[in-house]
Amino acid sequence: MFSPARAWREFPQRYRLEAAKCSGCSKILYPPRLVCPECGGRKFTQEALPRDGKVVTYTVIRVPPAGFTEQTPLPLALVELTNGVRLMVQIGDVEDPESLEIGMPVRLEFRRISWDGEAGVIFYGHKAVRAGS
Amino acid sequence: MRDVAVIGIGMTSFGELWETPLRSLWAEAALAALDNAGVDSVDLITIGCMSSGLFTGQEHLASLLADELGMAGVPAARVESACASGGLAVRAGFAEVASGLCDTVLVTGVEKMTDVDGADATYALGTAADAEWEGFHGVTFPGLYAMLARVHMQKYGTTREQLAHVAVKNHANGLLNEHAQYHLQIGVEDVLDSTAVADPLNLFDCSPVTDGAAALVLTTVERAREIAGDKPVVVITGSGLATDTVTLANRGEIAELGAVKLAGERAYAMSGRKPEDIHLVEVHDCFTIAEIMATEALGFFDLGFGGSAVEKGLTSLQGKIPVNTSGGLKSKGHPVGATGVAQVLEIVTQLRGEAGQRQVQGAKIGMAQNMGGSGGSSVVHILEVV
Repeated sequence: MFSPARAWREFPQRYRLEAAKCSGCSKILYPPRLVCPECGGRKFTQEALPRDGKVVTYTVIRVPPAGFTEQTPLPLALVELTNGVRLMVQIGDVEDPESLEIGMPVRLEFRRISWDGEAGVIFYGHKAVRAGS
Repeated sequence: MRDVAVIGIGMTSFGELWETPLRSLWAEAALAALDNAGVDSVDLITIGCMSSGLFTGQEHLASLLADELGMAGVPAARVESACASGGLAVRAGFAEVASGLCDTVLVTGVEKMTDVDGADATYALGTAADAEWEGFHGVTFPGLYAMLARVHMQKYGTTREQLAHVAVKNHANGLLNEHAQYHLQIGVEDVLDSTAVADPLNLFDCSPVTDGAAALVLTTVERAREIAGDKPVVVITGSGLATDTVTLANRGEIAELGAVKLAGERAYAMSGRKPEDIHLVEVHDCFTIAEIMATEALGFFDLGFGGSAVEKGLTSLQGKIPVNTSGGLKSKGHPVGATGVAQVLEIVTQLRGEAGQRQVQGAKIGMAQNMGGSGGSSVVHILEVV
């Protein structure tokens, strides 16, 4: 499931945060799709996501799924970027989970996400860290 | 469209049933429902099951299970909508009888969850989230509902204690249900002191891992009257099904359950009923916050008032609108594919007046609401005794 082929095909979104901008209504889709859910448009241009945003909601996972046991407790957030796009990401560099809060400004940074899956693949992507930290 | 009645109900006890394989769980519930209905043949079998593949290594359930009942040859179909698979099986059976394609349908739901360890079970349940854009980052189902809880608490002032009251109430109801996984009285402090799972949710905010099966026999109201004689007949008067984004990031408003609202509106419209008409409801309390949000989405309370409603006792057995009289997923247990069927079974039991110590007096109209993932799908049924 977390296979090498899957890791490879997701590089543009995971590594470079590539999104699609609808030529009809300018909605930004991350990840890209074949049809715009907003206007039904099917033409897009490529656009990279901004790195800055804020926490919409968050949690700290104490009971992890398989593959994340070494990273527990695992802080996760739904982040809204400055262009309105939302994405689920881990929160990095958290020393005190109690310091997390809704509305916290964050910046996306390239990090290692997981590494102990059965496929032996090290997965990279973006985590949110407190802006200015 | 033809009117559809429920003429048979059957379920296994819910729990960690180490000694029983999936096929035997399923057959026990199916046979109980057929016996309860007094029929020995059906035109179709529907099976709600979320993930027998990941939980037991077995797919191709429809044919396997039809054969298990000695019914090889009978049409059978498995349906899947994550934790709403059971509700979807009810909906599929309802549609077949209502349309005239079939006269009598055996509707079933089953899940065998304890053949894998906790991490693998968490993984299997996690596949109901967006595997590529949520699961990739390590999010779990308690984690997703924790995020919904956090927003609900911030937006509406829902408190940690109000969440706990959901678990306390449902465990109190489960004490009165012989089929429930837990017969355990708990207090608010027990919930608050239980192990942290995903902040702000603790262990006692979460429904358990459960083995179990449930089944119904549906047929036309005409045939139901022939079979029932003088006994009351329970009719499905409303059925609503809806989707929402699976991915929370794609959902505009996350403090409301859009699919539940839509499915509820569709069921209300079909039955001609309103929230005030409903005497009791089974909602999908996979986590305590889910019950609060579901009671709001179904119109029993205004947005933001679901938490105070449970705290005030409005949803208890003697309350204004009893919620989860069976003990809910929290106490009765949550074998995911079976849950939606078991919810309808509880409503039928209540409308027949057969609920014993947890009987809601005078219950004539009930509702069952089943939900998949973090609200990505929902099925709502309204049942009435005639």
